[in-house]
Amino acid sequence: MEKMATRKAYGQALVEIGSENQNLVVMDADLSGSTMTKEFKKVYPERFFNMGIAEQDLYAAAAGLALSGKVVCASTFAMFAAGRAFEIIRNSIGYTGANVKICATHAGITVGEDGASHQTFEDLALMRTIPKMTVVNPSDGVSAKKLIKQAVAMDGPCYIRLGRAEVPVFYEEDADISLGKGNLLKDGKDVTIIATGIMVNEAMMAASDLEKEGISARVIDMHTIKPLDEEIILKAAKETGKVVTAEEHSVIGGLGSAVAEVVVKNCPVKMAMVGQMDTFGESGKPDQLKEKYGMTSKDIYEKVKSLF
Amino acid sequence: MNTKELEQIAKKVRVDIIKAIHAAGSGHPGGSLSAADIVTALYFDEMNIDPANPKMEGRDKFVLSKGHAGPVQYAALAERGYFPVEDMMSLRKLGSKFQGHPNMHYVPGIEMSTGSLGQGMAVCVGMALANKMDENPGRIYTLLGDGEIQEGLIWEAAMSASHYHLDNMVAIVDNNGLQIDGKNDDVMTVKPIDEKFKAFGWHVVVIDGHNFDEILAAFKEAKETKGRPTAIIAKTHKGQGVSFMADDPGWHGKAPNEEQAKQAVEELGGEW
Repeated sequence: MEKMATRKAYGQALVEIGSENQNLVVMDADLSGSTMTKEFKKVYPERFFNMGIAEQDLYAAAAGLALSGKVVCASTFAMFAAGRAFEIIRNSIGYTGANVKICATHAGITVGEDGASHQTFEDLALMRTIPKMTVVNPSDGVSAKKLIKQAVAMDGPCYIRLGRAEVPVFYEEDADISLGKGNLLKDGKDVTIIATGIMVNEAMMAASDLEKEGISARVIDMHTIKPLDEEIILKAAKETGKVVTAEEHSVIGGLGSAVAEVVVKNCPVKMAMVGQMDTFGESGKPDQLKEKYGMTSKDIYEKVKSLF
Repeated sequence: MNTKELEQIAKKVRVDIIKAIHAAGSGHPGGSLSAADIVTALYFDEMNIDPANPKMEGRDKFVLSKGHAGPVQYAALAERGYFPVEDMMSLRKLGSKFQGHPNMHYVPGIEMSTGSLGQGMAVCVGMALANKMDENPGRIYTLLGDGEIQEGLIWEAAMSASHYHLDNMVAIVDNNGLQIDGKNDDVMTVKPIDEKFKAFGWHVVVIDGHNFDEILAAFKEAKETKGRPTAIIAKTHKGQGVSFMADDPGWHGKAPNEEQAKQAVEELGGEW
């Protein structure tokens, strides 16, 4: 399977959107070579602003540009966007409803060698608590591009979580991906795996292993964490009776919590969560780290089995 | 507008501030009064705005970065005709458009929701950049507290405004020397403010923030300054215009009771 980092898809998407939408402004905080905003800068230098290593200023100035009529994609690493600039995003972008897309890269454990200071597992939790904020976590290059384009086309604040590592591209170019709609990737009747980001591919592998043991697993790509597709979750809970969530994020506050909030209120079923278990990461290769911190297809497989 | 007229309007603005904060039972009179002359000069002389068309294309914009002084902005907008003065007497009450800190979606003429210190200044960098991109003649003004400039974001924004040569942006520092916990000098030294902005590449003007001739001259100088933003360091007195509030940090965030409010309004030549 072809591999591509979702941040690379972001760089390509920016150039494509930039040619159609003269109103698009792209900003960065000295990481344009890593976040891939450099691709936009090359083609549209007059619409690109580097704010230096100053993430608070990045997001406040992005709000100012957006409130002046621009649509802004402002990027840095997820740790410094959702983490360091949280309150700026909350007050100057969320509260005002500014049309800023917070395109945060290098999220999660697959940052790898840079280690714990750069591996954020808190961003989805932080961002989804902000009213009016749309929160998106694409699973591969194809869906990332489609979701970024849809996010830019809608009005209002949006957080888009992107990764550093190359991950398999499993969607076809003509796949139907809609912001706010969970995507049923594989039907099943015994259990549902709801996954987001790079864990979607792991979920598909786990489902295939489970099939060999006679367990029919449904797999949903929940690329939009907020607004959450409650309908697809409740249908799955009712029809399969068991739900396992999988995310490259803390099990506190992210997809798992969001799904549990829906399930417990409407259709309580047995649930289990795969994700970072309330601990910091460390340096290592992405695959080694995924294994050590329990975010592989094997971990999903085992969590599913634990519910039977 | 001549300075005598501006002085009269500033008095009305101060009376509105006192009445609204008294009616609310809480709020920030000290820093609202210290900024009253600057804000009056902006809305009544300096800025190209139209109360009948608050979203006018090409207008100048004012962002109150020290959002806790909301009453001074509400009062100036009311006196300028954006809405009746009586409206702002619902300040801080449940369901009121006049929030404790300004909300841009509720009150006409408010360009940015502020309150969390440091952010208004940095938002102005974005607004000034947008106007440069669009060749929009609108100028961007922001008012900072001298305590507020302890925020790191202020200096991030000072750096970027200078880097991008935002000569369409003016930051005015309401330099009353006091903040909630006491004197700037005791809490966290901000001096020398002028040298700091100069070091960040800004054109700097130091004025008496209660002298309209100096305020207007500083705005003129800012307009004539090309290639870099201008910082106006306005020396002011917290609680200016009300004898018992003047230069007292105790009046940073406290509402006057009826007797105090009455006395303040009388001192300002207003009607209770």
